Parts: sequence; C-alpha cells; structure tokens
Amino acid sequence: MQIKILGSGCANCAALEQRTREALADLHLTADISKVTDYGEIAGYGVMRTPALVVDEQVLLAGRVPDRATVTGLLTAAAPRAS
Amino acid sequence: MTIPVCDIAELGGAPASGARVRAVALARRVAPLLLAATGWLAVYRLNGPLWDAVVYKLAGLDPSSRLGSGLHFFCYDTVKIALLLTGIIFVVTVLRSYVTLERTRALLGGRREGVGNVAAAGLGVVTPFCSCSAVPAFIGFVAAGVPIGVTLSFLIASPLVNEVAIVLLYGLFGFKIAALYVTSGLLIAIVAGFALGRLHVERWVEPFVFQTTLHGRQVAPGQPLSWSDRMALGREEVKTILRKIWPYLLVGIGLGALIHGWAPEDFFARWAGPDNPLAPLVAVGVGVPLYSNAAGVLPLVQALQAKGLAMGTVLAFMMSTVALSLPEMILLRRVLRPKLLAAFVGVVAVAILATGYLFNLIL
Repeated sequence: MQIKILGSGCANCAALEQRTREALADLHLTADISKVTDYGEIAGYGVMRTPALVVDEQVLLAGRVPDRATVTGLLTAAAPRAS
Repeated sequence: MTIPVCDIAELGGAPASGARVRAVALARRVAPLLLAATGWLAVYRLNGPLWDAVVYKLAGLDPSSRLGSGLHFFCYDTVKIALLLTGIIFVVTVLRSYVTLERTRALLGGRREGVGNVAAAGLGVVTPFCSCSAVPAFIGFVAAGVPIGVTLSFLIASPLVNEVAIVLLYGLFGFKIAALYVTSGLLIAIVAGFALGRLHVERWVEPFVFQTTLHGRQVAPGQPLSWSDRMALGREEVKTILRKIWPYLLVGIGLGALIHGWAPEDFFARWAGPDNPLAPLVAVGVGVPLYSNAAGVLPLVQALQAKGLAMGTVLAFMMSTVALSLPEMILLRRVLRPKLLAAFVGVVAVAILATGYLFNLIL
C-alpha cells in the first residue's frame, strides 16, 4: 500500500501524517508513507485543499484533518486492494 | 443513548411513525443548539453587569478613574470578544461545511469576467479556505479554465472579508460599520480582480500552472459529512482559532484598555482625524506588511477610534492587515511571478486606500 500525504508542510499536514501512522499501527499494516510538497504534483491529483490523503494513487480525502477513526476506516477500505 | 430512533418507530408500528421519526431526529439536532444559543445569549447579556459589579462595586474602583475604566474595558471586552468569536466561528464553520472548493470551481468555470468577478468575490467569502491552500486552489481553478482575474477576485475576497473581523466590527462598532466592511471588501475584491484580469497577467503566471493536467478521474472531494461531523468541525475550528489567537487578543485588548484608560480624549483627533489626508496612507503602509489577525488588531483600534482616530483610517488599517499577509505572499510566489505578485499587492493596497479615504469623507 502506497500512501502519500499531500501538503506543503503546515501543521495540518503534519497532523494528517501523524493520524495516518497511528491508524496504520492500529490496523497492523505497513505502508510506504511519502510526503508530496510540490504544488504541481499536488494539483495534478486535482486536489485544491491541503492536506490530502492519497492511497495507491487514489485521493481518499482532501481539505481537512479527519479523526483517527475516519482514517482507520479509509485505510481499511483501501487495504484489500493492495497487492 | 442506546435505542436508535428507528426502533422506537418499529415499536410504535403506526404508519405516521415515519414523520415522528424525522421529527425526533430533527429535535435531536436542534435542541442542543437552541440550548447552547440561549446559554450564549444569557452570558452575553450578563457580561456587562457582571463586570460593573466586580470592578466598580466589589473592587470599589471609580468608573471615571483610569484604572477603573481600563480594567473594566479589559475584562468586559475579553469576555465579549471571546463569546462573539466562539459563536460566529462555530456557525460559519458549520455553514461553510456545505460549500466545497470543487463546487465553487464548477460554478465559476464557465463565467466571463465581470459577472465572474462578482460571483468569485461572493464565493470567496463563503467557501472554506485557508491561506495554505491558496496555491493548490489557484492552480486548480486556473487549470479548470477559470479566468485569472476571476480567480484573483476569489483569492482577494477570501482573507479580506473575514468572519472574525465582521463579528468584531459588529461587536465593537455596530451593524452599519460591519456592513460597510463587507460591502467594501467585496467591491475591492471584484474591482481588483477585474483590473488584474484586464492587464492580461497570464504571462506573469508560472508556466507550470497552465501545464498542469488533472488525472483522468474526477476527484471525489471525500466522504459526505454527517451532521455530527459538521458539529465536530465547528467545535474543532473554534478551539483551533481561539488557541491560535488568544495571545494576540489579550495583547490587543490590553493595549486597547491602556489607551482607553490613559490616553486623553481626542488624542488622535489632532493629527489622525478625518481631515488628515496622510492618515490612511500611513495606516495602509503599516498594515500591509503587518501580519495579524483581526482579533488582535480590532480591540486596539477601537480604543484608538474612541480617542479620535477616523473610522476610515481604522478600516483601512484593519483591511490591509488581514487582506495581505507575508506568509500568503511567500506561498503565492510559487505560482505568481514577482511582477504579478507586486501588481496584486499594489492593486489591493490602492483599493483599500481609496476605501479608507472614502469612509473618512462619508462617515
């Protein structure tokens, strides 16, 4: 599972990354987490509000920092698709 | 709460239970809000009498003394502004959760300039948007075909017409001033965006913006928000904003209290009153590079205004502080070339200056 956190490094992006790591730990999953800070790349995903959560090239959420339960739910739904 | 509403309906069994289910669900949403609103109003009304009692009766301070009036101002204003902020931020955040950037972009996509600028300014006020999203939003709009001038109207209106400022202006100066602020903010965004659009500034936008291709799939903005999601968003936003601004707020109110209690009446009327043509210029000159939020600036400025500073100068200062911030300019540099950035700052500053002079004349 390849996870990307889109954002230019403000507090919200850091918070999303933190929640994502916590959710992964809860689900006992491993994944590559990378941060995308280049605006050209962020816009390429069609994302207009940061932070955004991208899993396996699919934008799952954009524009807010969700609570841990939401992130866990999103990752659970995304996990079976991972090869 | 353990019994879901639908079970109650099943127990009831009658065909009318569908309507009852909806009514109960609605009541469940509305009741806590009504309760909170009533509590809020009660505290708001009691605030004045409370501090009258504490500062003047309990502590025995004289209302006409410097310490007495200064202390009263500080305590009363702190509570009043905190209440106003809490109320408005919560309400605005919940309302804004229904508006998305994607929908705004879709609304602006086909518009020409002129009409587009008006729509963009209006949408800029109601769309949830923070400065760190300025760049992706700009790229997203332009890549989708929204004219640059229209996009800039959006980017100007959003920070300029700021709900915190509206509420504080209303609380400190009354409805008329708050309404003037909103109207002039919108006009500034419309005119500035239109003017910049007319300058055909496309050549001053970083080329990669036009080369951005959106990936094939149209991006879903995420899961739809439930009512409790929206309530939580509102609460979170109140906490976040208050946590961010409380030092500025206390300093602003503190300075305001000092001026209120210690500066002589008409202190500013001599050299910063409505007739001084230099005052708005100085105000905008100081305000543009300054980065503060409205909450810190307004209480201070209210005290200044009470001592004779002209209202137009006050508004010009406040608007130039919030409309243009150094962090946002630094971010926008990634997509706007220096010439466009300079034009952007210049046009907005001039528009605010003009508004300052206008209000000094008419208020």
